[in-house]
Amino acid sequence: MSLIRYQSPELMSWPSLDRWMNLRDDLNSLVESPFWSSFGRPGQLFSGWSPALDLYQSNDNVVAVIELPGMSREDIETSLHDGTLTISGERKRETSGAEKSERTERYVSKFRRSITLPTHVDANKVSAIYRDGILTVTLPKAEEAKPKQISVS
Amino acid sequence: MNTLVRENGDGDRAQTQQFVVPFASVTEAAESYTLEVEMPGVNKEGLEVSVENNELTIVGRRHFPTVEGALIHHESRAENFRRAFEFDPSVNADKISAKIDQGLVTLTVPKAEHVKPRKIVVS
Repeated sequence: MSLIRYQSPELMSWPSLDRWMNLRDDLNSLVESPFWSSFGRPGQLFSGWSPALDLYQSNDNVVAVIELPGMSREDIETSLHDGTLTISGERKRETSGAEKSERTERYVSKFRRSITLPTHVDANKVSAIYRDGILTVTLPKAEEAKPKQISVS
Repeated sequence: MNTLVRENGDGDRAQTQQFVVPFASVTEAAESYTLEVEMPGVNKEGLEVSVENNELTIVGRRHFPTVEGALIHHESRAENFRRAFEFDPSVNADKISAKIDQGLVTLTVPKAEHVKPRKIVVS
């Protein structure tokens, strides 16, 4: 299981962050270089941002709610593999090049978030809605995972 | 970072409300500043932008998608967002424009005429 920990926003509201962002970008480029990829566990070395995720469970569904402010729909990827839901994508920098950065707290990079689902779901019936910067993924439970009432005769 | 901000509620009743400070980015272009503030779960109705003296305050009231079932894993914060920025006097506060799209607030703050770069024609 590769569960990527949520990075607490507490650490980020800090004034002279640009310097560290550059350092982080440098580290990221090092990590993403082909040298590392030959180790074959890129998930463990992933160092983009991890958005906050909530998970709900009802009798019929498992629902994941992920905070992804300011994305375009086409840049969000949702996949289901082996009982693990993964949401990934990339937030792109939108600049004309003429601007000067005064303060950078927003992540402009790749992100990935994985969570192991508590039960089996029907992969063919998964639906996702992106609204007000929140992605809601509804995963209907597989028939055998739904609670059943057994009547005593 | 959490801030405990004392706000005056309706009437004289003083209220203490807790807010979350949202992530923000500020960029400067030749004619204006652009502020981008991340407020997932906030839409146009929940957004309040106010300017008082030299301070711009952005408050975002969140509404969450209603989901059936029990919460089994929780990372999001329920508090509303609040962030204040102090302006330089070189800003034209009367002409600030704001928009919100997918939980991202974009504010365009034009610079005052006298600080904009200009070409001087040599005669």
